[in-house]
Amino acid sequence: MIEVKDLHKHFAAVKAVDGVSFTARDGEITGLLGPNGAGKTTTLRMLYTLMQPDRGQVLIDGIDVATDALAVRRQLGVLPDARGLYKRLTARENIEYFARLQGMDESLIRMRCEQLVKALDMTDIAERRAEGYSQGQRVKTAIARALVHDPRNVILDEPTNGLDVMATRSMRQFMRRLKEEGRCVLFSSHIMQEVAALCDRIVVIAHGRVVADETPDALRAQTGEANLEDAFVKIIGSEEGLAA
Amino acid sequence: MKTLLTVFLKEVKENLRDRRTIMSALILGPLLGPVIFIMIMNVVLTRELNKADQPVKVPVIGAKYAPNLIDALKQQGLVPQPPIADPEAAVRDRDAEIVLRIPAGFGDSWRKGQTSQVELIYDSSQSDTGSTVGRVKGLLENYSRRQGVMRLVARGLSPAMMAPVAIDERDQSTPQSRAGMMFGMLPYFFVLTVFMGGMYLAIDLTAGERERQSLEPLFANPVPRWKILLGKLAATCVFSLVSLLICVIAFGFCGKLIPIERLGMRMNLGISFAAQVLLMMLPLVMLLACLQTLVSAFAKSYREAQTYQSVLMMVPIFPSVLLSVTPMKITDWMFYVPLLGQQVGIMQLLRGEQVTPVQLSSCVITGLLVALLAMAATAWVYRSERLAIST
Repeated sequence: MIEVKDLHKHFAAVKAVDGVSFTARDGEITGLLGPNGAGKTTTLRMLYTLMQPDRGQVLIDGIDVATDALAVRRQLGVLPDARGLYKRLTARENIEYFARLQGMDESLIRMRCEQLVKALDMTDIAERRAEGYSQGQRVKTAIARALVHDPRNVILDEPTNGLDVMATRSMRQFMRRLKEEGRCVLFSSHIMQEVAALCDRIVVIAHGRVVADETPDALRAQTGEANLEDAFVKIIGSEEGLAA
Repeated sequence: MKTLLTVFLKEVKENLRDRRTIMSALILGPLLGPVIFIMIMNVVLTRELNKADQPVKVPVIGAKYAPNLIDALKQQGLVPQPPIADPEAAVRDRDAEIVLRIPAGFGDSWRKGQTSQVELIYDSSQSDTGSTVGRVKGLLENYSRRQGVMRLVARGLSPAMMAPVAIDERDQSTPQSRAGMMFGMLPYFFVLTVFMGGMYLAIDLTAGERERQSLEPLFANPVPRWKILLGKLAATCVFSLVSLLICVIAFGFCGKLIPIERLGMRMNLGISFAAQVLLMMLPLVMLLACLQTLVSAFAKSYREAQTYQSVLMMVPIFPSVLLSVTPMKITDWMFYVPLLGQQVGIMQLLRGEQVTPVQLSSCVITGLLVALLAMAATAWVYRSERLAIST
């Protein structure tokens, strides 16, 4: 479970995140929805301890990010906005590297690698160097290395960004499976349909603030719009930065 | 420790797969120095040796005014050449190294017992003519002295009158110390090799990883950043150390390829030399790896990091330039200054002198301390939030 309480973060004069609070529960998919520049990535970066909040608290499974960052990182599987792979290593070596940094022992690493390679359907690229991977192959490898330590909580920053239709579909299926396994899945997106299709709960962020935190149905009811996209536009108050 | 090893092994494996790094760190960097060195030394030495053995060819103008002088010079290995029209221009254009001109009045003043004049035309700004000029001058002075002695004897005076003071030179240089003078640039080659050996890794492991956007996911792992940094530094150090090792070994072979004994010099680049050089350079390997990483942590891209590295590369040149411009007596305090200490220490070894244990340990210990400081500074910069963010 991920609990976020009144997060603030500013860069120079810009308030990137200005009082964000929400909760992402186990066994649910929570979508962080907002236009470009709304503060989604900055919020997520504070969750996985890359950045320190100016104010506010983040609890991952009850552990405070400010007091024990390392323990928090052990509970998290993260697909950041930056998903660079090591091009001179194979997919398997990329995954194994992160597994070792998670402190897993070698037999467990081998087992988890096998599982993930199968689950993400990447047998064909497992022993190939990452140089020249397609966007989809890169994302798969990045997800595998993020989940290799079998984390309870999974944070995905725009996971379908740059993927084609087929890859997007299999990504969605994979996220549903994570949910069925009882994990807490939190992902960000600026794409309506995706959030509507996947989420149990939608947290809408605009200008660094939470402007709505509802189930998709409640969101539609609240705004009186049958179409979720119209509801979204109404909530953030403008069409600025909106990509359907 | 396990984290450190994991990072270290991964970085080594990854970089061994990179042809550019291998080329620069393990082939080009360490071997370029020795190869250039052999080439330069061979050209210089063979030319010096040839000049010393071979007869000197000198165009002579007005040879007919001093036939006796010319005969005497011929006996000592000077080969007179036909006169040339414009000797000044010929010397400036390097058509001739030196020209001897004998004025028409030579014979007259000779017969009157006066001082006769000859002219040597040369260009001292052309350094390669130096030894020829010296030889011709020597021949002429020799002749002059002999004739002077004969004039004195003819008048019944003792030749000792001409030489109230006799100089007896006792040169204290040894064959090794003379060689050391010639090889003053050697320490800089070593420093440069260390620099080149670690450079690509230092750039790649920080600025490169940031540019390729893999630093952010890396930092999401449950390990402190300083441990990751140490693993990366260790990989950088190992590459530059191997590079240095190859360079030192190559110079060892170099010593055998240069015909230096024929100039009356000796050079010992054997195992004890190599071992002491490696020991002295060890702190420098660490220091440079830290500085290179530090500089590259400030860069937003690979390119920017490369630019910073080339500025950083200027730093090790300073002691070399300083010592060659103002040759100082080597004193103990120099060993406490990183870079300078290595420079003077290696120079001392090349001259065939001992580096005392105190000098050696002060050089190594202060070097290590400064390296640790640089490491702490780098770790501090590594903690920055902005380091991981690629865009």
